Amino acid sequence: MTAMLNVKDLRAYYGQVQALHGLDFGLNEGSMTTLLGANGAGKTTTLRAICNMVRSTGAIEFEGAPLAGRSTENIVRLGIAHVPQGRGTFTTMTVEENLQLGAITRKDKAGVVSDIERMYDHFPVLKQRHTQQAGTLSGGEQQMLAVARALMLRPRLMLLDEPSFGLAPLIVRDLFKILGKINRENKVTILVVEQNAQLALELADKAYVIETGRIVMSGTATEIANNEDVRKSYLGY
Amino acid sequence: MELFTNQILAGIATGAIYACMALAVVMIYQAIDHLNFAQGEMAMFSTFISWQLMQWGVPYWGAFIITLALSFAGGIAIERLLFKPLAKAPILTNVAGFIALFAIINSVAGLIWDFTIKQYPTPFGSYPFLGSQLISTHQAGMIGVTVLLLLALYFFFQFTRIGLAMRAAASVPESARLVGVNTSWMIALGWGMAAAIGSIAGMLIAPVVFLEPNMMGGVLIYGFAAAVLGGLTSPLGAVVGGFLVGIFENLAGTYIPGVGNELKLPIALALIITVLVVKPAGLFGRPIVKRV
Repeated sequence: MTAMLNVKDLRAYYGQVQALHGLDFGLNEGSMTTLLGANGAGKTTTLRAICNMVRSTGAIEFEGAPLAGRSTENIVRLGIAHVPQGRGTFTTMTVEENLQLGAITRKDKAGVVSDIERMYDHFPVLKQRHTQQAGTLSGGEQQMLAVARALMLRPRLMLLDEPSFGLAPLIVRDLFKILGKINRENKVTILVVEQNAQLALELADKAYVIETGRIVMSGTATEIANNEDVRKSYLGY
Repeated sequence: MELFTNQILAGIATGAIYACMALAVVMIYQAIDHLNFAQGEMAMFSTFISWQLMQWGVPYWGAFIITLALSFAGGIAIERLLFKPLAKAPILTNVAGFIALFAIINSVAGLIWDFTIKQYPTPFGSYPFLGSQLISTHQAGMIGVTVLLLLALYFFFQFTRIGLAMRAAASVPESARLVGVNTSWMIALGWGMAAAIGSIAGMLIAPVVFLEPNMMGGVLIYGFAAAVLGGLTSPLGAVVGGFLVGIFENLAGTYIPGVGNELKLPIALALIITVLVVKPAGLFGRPIVKRV
């Protein structure tokens, strides 16, 4: 099986500081993969490098097409949705405008309208608040909005950066349930960066562990969850 | 009483011009977070282009439309050539860029069309408006055009895809890129629109102040005052601010002893400082609601 996203020898830099030291990994179409690691290990940088938001070298291929030299917005237009850390809400705009913005590159008006309704079915709280300024939503609601906004692109691949950050445990469960559903039903390939390793490993098919800019372990989610080092460092038992 | 009404109406009419300038200033401020000091000179240059077209025999409205299109293209060209390379430069570099642009446009206009004052026609005529002695048809025309412009901009930003994309690019550039908006071109588009709006202000005020390379100096200061008063982040505020500054300027000139015509400009500057001290967001600058 060829991978949908193929990353070879990815190195990334912030000014003089090198944050990634040659990552190699791939994502299979329709899979859900998680990237685990401590703070500062380079998880966010990896996602940002895929979308060309940080200076990087190496080869990244999406469905056979190299991403090198493409601008962030052109990469997004290929069908890669990125939910950034901190959610990236358009706080001064309404909830509905945030959803419309998610679909701003799409030309099929009717499809966009029906997709907005679909998002309101997925996330009923967004429907209740559709005319409200998005900045007034709670953290959990904004995270729902960020996921919904990303889905409005009808992405083939979705990158999520710490979707559980700052959310109550119950809301995190809900959110991951929805992500699982999106992955299975809409055939969206997902790469999720998480601090909440336990939950991420429950849902994902595959996992990579990253330490100081290098991949130190990879395998199926079950293998990784049963690995003693991972259990001690990330799962805490 | 008639003097008072008269001054208010005259204030609204000149306020319309300040409102246009303020709108242009706000458009660029939203796009790149800087005040365009050369906005007035760009408007003046556009006005000269329309004058030249009319000299060549193009009818007024033809010249008006052609000038709008040329100004739009010119604004985009200025952004691409001068300010795109400065996008990540410190604020002072940008200020130097604006001042250079100011000086260059002013001198080039003087070089091409010299510094003598020229008559500029009005398409509305200068008759009493609806038989009233209070306001002329040209003044009524200035107000009408400004209100139409504001409505057009409102519909553009609220109800078109590209308007939505421009707002997104101005408010959270990184998220805008992540939904596929080409933020760099949105900025260029903002410049084009600002240049076109400025050209409208220039062509409307030219019959009043006469056409010459320094005609917009005072007008731009009032435009800044209007933008600051209304709130630099709000197009509606810019327009309301423009009308208020126009009225205030006229009333102060008439009723405050010693102000007269000479001290009107310092009043605009005093207004800028007062607003910045008392209410920095301006009357309509949106206080952003945020939960953390």
